[in-house]
Amino acid sequence: MTTNETTASRAKELLRLGDEIVERAVKGGANVAEASVREGAHLSVKVRLGERELVEEAGSRAIGLRVMIGQQVAVSYTSDLTEAGRARLVEDALELAQLSEPDPFAGAPDPSLLSREADWPALDTCDPTMGGLTAGRALELAQRAERAALDYDPRIINSEGATVSRAVATSALVTSGGFRGHSEGSYVSLVVNPLTEDSDGKKRRGFHWAARRFLSELDDELEVGREAARRTLRKLGAKKIGSAEMPVVFDPDAGRAILGLLSSCVNGGSIWRKSSYLVDRLGTLVSSPLVTITDDPLINRAPGSRAFDGEGLISRRNMVVERGELKTYLLDSYAGRKLGMPSTGSASRGSTGGVGIGATNLVLQPGGETPSELIARTPRGLYVTEMMGFGFNAVTGDFSRGASGFLIENGALGPAVSEVTISLNLDELLKRIDGVANDLDLRTSTASPTFRVSSMTIAGR
Amino acid sequence: MTSRYQAPFAPGGSAPIDRSLADRLLALALEQGGDYADLFFEYAVNGSYGYDEGLLKSAGRYVTMGLGVRVMQGDATGYAYVESLDWDALTHAARTASQIARGGTSVAPVALSSKSLPTRYPVVQHSLDVDGVAKRALLERADRAARAHDSRIVKVSASLNEELREILVATSTGHFAWDSQPLVRFGVNVIAEVGNRRQSGSSGGGGRTGIEYLESHTPEAHAAEAVRQAIAMLDAREAPAGEMEVVLAPGDSGILLHEAVGHGLEADFNRKKTSNYADAVGQQVASELCTVVDDGTLMSGRGTINVDDEGYTPSSSVLIERGRLVGYMQDQHSAKFFGVTPTGNGRRESFRSHPMPRMTNTLLLNGESDPEEIIRSVKRGVFARKFGGGQVDITNGDFVFSLTEGYLIEDGRITAPLKGVNLIGNGPDVMRKVVMLGNDMAVSDGIWTCGKDGQSVPVGVGCPTVKISAMTVGGTDLGG
Repeated sequence: MTTNETTASRAKELLRLGDEIVERAVKGGANVAEASVREGAHLSVKVRLGERELVEEAGSRAIGLRVMIGQQVAVSYTSDLTEAGRARLVEDALELAQLSEPDPFAGAPDPSLLSREADWPALDTCDPTMGGLTAGRALELAQRAERAALDYDPRIINSEGATVSRAVATSALVTSGGFRGHSEGSYVSLVVNPLTEDSDGKKRRGFHWAARRFLSELDDELEVGREAARRTLRKLGAKKIGSAEMPVVFDPDAGRAILGLLSSCVNGGSIWRKSSYLVDRLGTLVSSPLVTITDDPLINRAPGSRAFDGEGLISRRNMVVERGELKTYLLDSYAGRKLGMPSTGSASRGSTGGVGIGATNLVLQPGGETPSELIARTPRGLYVTEMMGFGFNAVTGDFSRGASGFLIENGALGPAVSEVTISLNLDELLKRIDGVANDLDLRTSTASPTFRVSSMTIAGR
Repeated sequence: MTSRYQAPFAPGGSAPIDRSLADRLLALALEQGGDYADLFFEYAVNGSYGYDEGLLKSAGRYVTMGLGVRVMQGDATGYAYVESLDWDALTHAARTASQIARGGTSVAPVALSSKSLPTRYPVVQHSLDVDGVAKRALLERADRAARAHDSRIVKVSASLNEELREILVATSTGHFAWDSQPLVRFGVNVIAEVGNRRQSGSSGGGGRTGIEYLESHTPEAHAAEAVRQAIAMLDAREAPAGEMEVVLAPGDSGILLHEAVGHGLEADFNRKKTSNYADAVGQQVASELCTVVDDGTLMSGRGTINVDDEGYTPSSSVLIERGRLVGYMQDQHSAKFFGVTPTGNGRRESFRSHPMPRMTNTLLLNGESDPEEIIRSVKRGVFARKFGGGQVDITNGDFVFSLTEGYLIEDGRITAPLKGVNLIGNGPDVMRKVVMLGNDMAVSDGIWTCGKDGQSVPVGVGCPTVKISAMTVGGTDLGG
């Protein structure tokens, strides 16, 4: 897949396969049939201490199918694309649909909302030159990045390696309701993991990474390596601190994790299941007025961009939180019907054929301050760069996770901190945000700039 | 008992892979050079049933099939996979993987031979073969039982996941092994509501077994356990913050051990000297009370295997004996480096990924204390009963795990339930602080999945009641 023509011809082939599956399912008695066909190629290489450790290369293709008989729903999936495998895919779905029970809210999306090819914006999600990153070139890239980390400082004594991965995928969605669409995407990433050691022998691992949809936009590999070394070295001597209440500044990686928790709580599926603390909170303040969060699939070359959603509906930008006020949940047709609201075009088609709800590019909008200004106005606090564990209860919003980073003393980053936990209910955490910085970078589909929370509980010694 | 689902490459299947075919592919894989190659054929069928709001709302079935080919030269691995079993695809994968060894020296593959494998997961009836209506009825029973238990239960969902994974491993060292691995997991989630307070509770289990699992562990029993937890947590108060004594309940708490020491004892991290346990064999790394084993033989356990994904049969390996580090969990590659026999811990998520040293069922063995005496010995601390999961930085052993059901211990008695909270510690440090060990070792019901380098595999955990003299509890109550 190195040229646009081959991409187009691949898409045509996948659509044809989708047509065939939908036709078989409808013939077999389904009144709704939706086939998603995906094809991808990926390459992943890893070097460690300058030597090749892994070269992995593969292509894959699979079909997911969702059918409805009346309002009985089932899904099936196969990577066995032989005639027998395809027949079995359709039989399995039809058999299971007869087993499931009529769900009054199940159904195809409103046909008037389906997008047409003319509606699809050009989002530039696929780099046609990505295939040019061969295993050999990827290994060189990884070697240079790791070397830059190892050469940065003699205290970098070991390495968990450097990994370069690229993926290119084409997918097609065909539905019995008349939708036929395809999309292409590419993604390339570089990760470097150096190791250092405290004077008492305690090992410290750090990392830095870069990722883009376009190869030419990937950060300079030498700089990624050097930054990985800097991030590793600054963890030397990290210690537990005493338990206390203090302001917490989240760097963009840690901030993104917090935003991810909120994403699961505005998901319409969590709302009708009552498994979110944001049930019945539309139109109310759910965070500080400094917080504006958008979910926007229409950003050129961004990782979560797409022209249509998992049900074929038109992609649109959703204002999720506007100056602190919860404006919408993220909904597909099903959750919309359950809650008596229209779909927000947030359906996501899982790789195995089912439909769920997912954010696209979920972004905490940047503020005006620089990260250093935010830190400078914090006399004493904790700057968090990494979090560990799964301590979040979406039903209550209770949040408690392991954290590491740096103590902020007199408005500047001080000694490294590890082995502490930070805790506060997410509802309160978002309301206590008293500073949002301007360092937004759309490396991932959920992205956050640095922000500050006025006070959280730190548990340590 | 055989299932109606069968891998095409299995004996009697539509595209059987015999030794001569495997021989030819291995020879192709080593054509460019290389000192080791293996083939991993896999056919997996998964079924899932989701019961929600009194309806079987979702049902799904998923088939994946393919071949992964690995070629190694020294520490370098070439890996390729295909999802088709026609000869052109198979040879393409072998040739792609072989590129890693281009220009290197080559070894001739050893003649393939099958050996008999143990039978660690006898199945009375494969869940996949059971009529869907009967499986729906099991989920209905869980739903009804949960609602009948308590009027404060406002949402119930129940799920059944079933899998049959057939694998065929052929290696240039002569292994030729075929195995069929069943897996069942049943789960119930409930939400209890009083006024504006809401809490969730869950219960689940299973293992490498058939539908008969639900005869000994009934849907009603799982429903009752989920309801118990949700109702108990409705009254949860803020958890304390800071260092204190912690008592772990038997069974599920083994997840702490899995994070605190298990990962650090996987041989790849020690070969690369990135683990805090590198070069520590023979040293005292835990309290003398602690003996830790990785046991792939537990009958029908979630982490049990007859053969690993490189053709070795695991036994019960002692990792730590009375606090002293005895050995690591090995795959073929690391075992060669350490000059030891592979321990049968070479596992992979699927044919799409290369094997690594992974845990099977990791257990902390019994001590001698009476569990009640352990609780009585605590002045003020936390009793940890259920967990949501954990994570470790293997380079230094720093780990966290999240408590979904915990209680305060005051003056030797378990008192108030606590809001969800994280426990954080350092593996070697916590293992040295094990000051009492109960005589009530239990293996967790089969729910745990372990992730490493993006690959997930089912595992088992187990331990007795454990008292740790000091651990950081990440609550919000500073007690001031």
